[in-house]
Amino acid sequence: MPKETKKLNLNFGPQHPAAHGVLRLILELDGEVVEKADPHIGLLHRGTEKLIENKTYMQAVPYFDRLDYVAPMNQEHAFALAVEKILSIEVPSRAQYIRVIFCEIGRILSHLLNITTQAMDVGALTPTLWGFEERETLMEFYERVSGSRLHANYFRPGGVHQDLPRGLDKDIGEFCNKFPNIINDLETLLTDNRIFKQRNVDIGVVSKQDALDYSFSGVMLRGSGVAWDLRKSQPYECYEQIDFKIPVGKNGDCYDRYLCRIEEMKESVKIINQCLENIPKGPIKSMDGKISPPPKKELKESMEALIHHFKLFTEGYRVVKDEIYTAVEAPKGEFGVYLISDGSNKPYKCKIRAPGFSHLQAMDYLIKGHMLADVPAVLGSMDIVFGEVDR
Amino acid sequence: MKNLIDLEKKVNSDLATKINNSNIKHQQLYLNIQSKDLIDVVIFLKTNNETNFKQLIEITAADYPEKEKRFKMIYLLLSHEFNQRILIDYEINENEIVKSLTSIFPSANWMEREVFDMYGINFTGHPDLRRILTDYNFEGYPLRKDFPLTGHNEVRYSEDKKKVIYEKVKLEQNYRNFDYESPWEGTKYIKVQTKK
Repeated sequence: MPKETKKLNLNFGPQHPAAHGVLRLILELDGEVVEKADPHIGLLHRGTEKLIENKTYMQAVPYFDRLDYVAPMNQEHAFALAVEKILSIEVPSRAQYIRVIFCEIGRILSHLLNITTQAMDVGALTPTLWGFEERETLMEFYERVSGSRLHANYFRPGGVHQDLPRGLDKDIGEFCNKFPNIINDLETLLTDNRIFKQRNVDIGVVSKQDALDYSFSGVMLRGSGVAWDLRKSQPYECYEQIDFKIPVGKNGDCYDRYLCRIEEMKESVKIINQCLENIPKGPIKSMDGKISPPPKKELKESMEALIHHFKLFTEGYRVVKDEIYTAVEAPKGEFGVYLISDGSNKPYKCKIRAPGFSHLQAMDYLIKGHMLADVPAVLGSMDIVFGEVDR
Repeated sequence: MKNLIDLEKKVNSDLATKINNSNIKHQQLYLNIQSKDLIDVVIFLKTNNETNFKQLIEITAADYPEKEKRFKMIYLLLSHEFNQRILIDYEINENEIVKSLTSIFPSANWMEREVFDMYGINFTGHPDLRRILTDYNFEGYPLRKDFPLTGHNEVRYSEDKKKVIYEKVKLEQNYRNFDYESPWEGTKYIKVQTKK
């Protein structure tokens, strides 16, 4: 007599340490093999896009910190670029270098978190402890430059909020000198680790074609062998003048994506070093008082500065009627902002294109036929942060 | 196509009847089409060897309540091979049903679910059109301009009932929307900077 089997429905999350946030994943299991995965998202939905429609352009910036809260400044960057392009503002060269430095710090922050938590998902605890120590140092740089560790609100349309405090460039330089050794330490724990490889090699394989079809970007795309990085292909800020490489994977599995992230961190260190070397002196935001607030000192002496300051923080600035899509290479992939302005001081529409959204969408395709234990590994390698997926 | 001007010419000649108008700005090609031609245009852009827009970046909509055709649908495509972006849009009525792109790009699935969730626009040929970001049993379409910023319902834990309950939003103070916008037109608000 044939045995009757029953399919098992399993709720993975919304509270699960390996769900990387609030993901409710409904798995249909046949024994231990996953037959279907249906991610329910939106548990962290805050209506960012609706809120931005009701705020002035300057007030909209902090909302971007709260999307991918692991690398906040990269998000602000996309919005700042969108507004700058519509207004055709030129950002001073020093501000561009500062932005690039902090974008790369954001990339390291994000990759450190991802690599180490991915390792934790498959059973290694030590990398997390080591990685988080470095993240703390990096977040201190955030704090020194913007006043807060996470929600920086530092990149503003027109430049950055304030100049680097004295000594910060030296400290970042010191960090860059010692950080490659720390990456090496992490690698000795993971790269040739038998358990780590058993859990990641040939798991969650994405072919080139599927990576394109599923709108993958960033490491998810490069891990599958597509050499595409917006910093190279559609360069913004001063990336054109910087020498760096784009690591590309071969097999498109979780392990290749891990390797890509490790290499990207090394490249980020190189980029930061080059920026620190070449950073020019000069203003850090557009000198046009209609967009960026005047320095505090001027407020006490100049009537015009006072008026500018008052107008900026009440009315804000108006943005001419236009629509634009700008994207930056955020740590997780292509982070884009589609902005419709209508000539008033508030965006008419601001659509946020989060890379994690399309990555998580492919969960069903990636996990079908894998074992239940592979779910955290695949989820970890996708680098999901619910702040940006749910918006 | 090597550059956007060629691409614009190519699209205009090959899809002549389907393109309402096209223009290039911000290094992107903007196409305005008719809603019925969406599938044809997208398939052409994806499969033609000289365009090769292999990736769908985003699908979204915008709400213009005062217009007769209320919604504008927007599609963003990317061609890795030629390093170009294209932006397709068209207007639809409030109750018009849009064709789904899921058969061409599997990633359209969630993007269209999001548009459905946020704007209440329906899609034909979509395999699984459910709400995605909002709560279970949510009512209304949040990104429509007539949806209030504060929403309709709020959630709290009730000590009496020992469970989470839904209630109508009660605000201690109404949402205050300060109108700071200057009534004067003034001079050109932001100086146009000339490129060196």
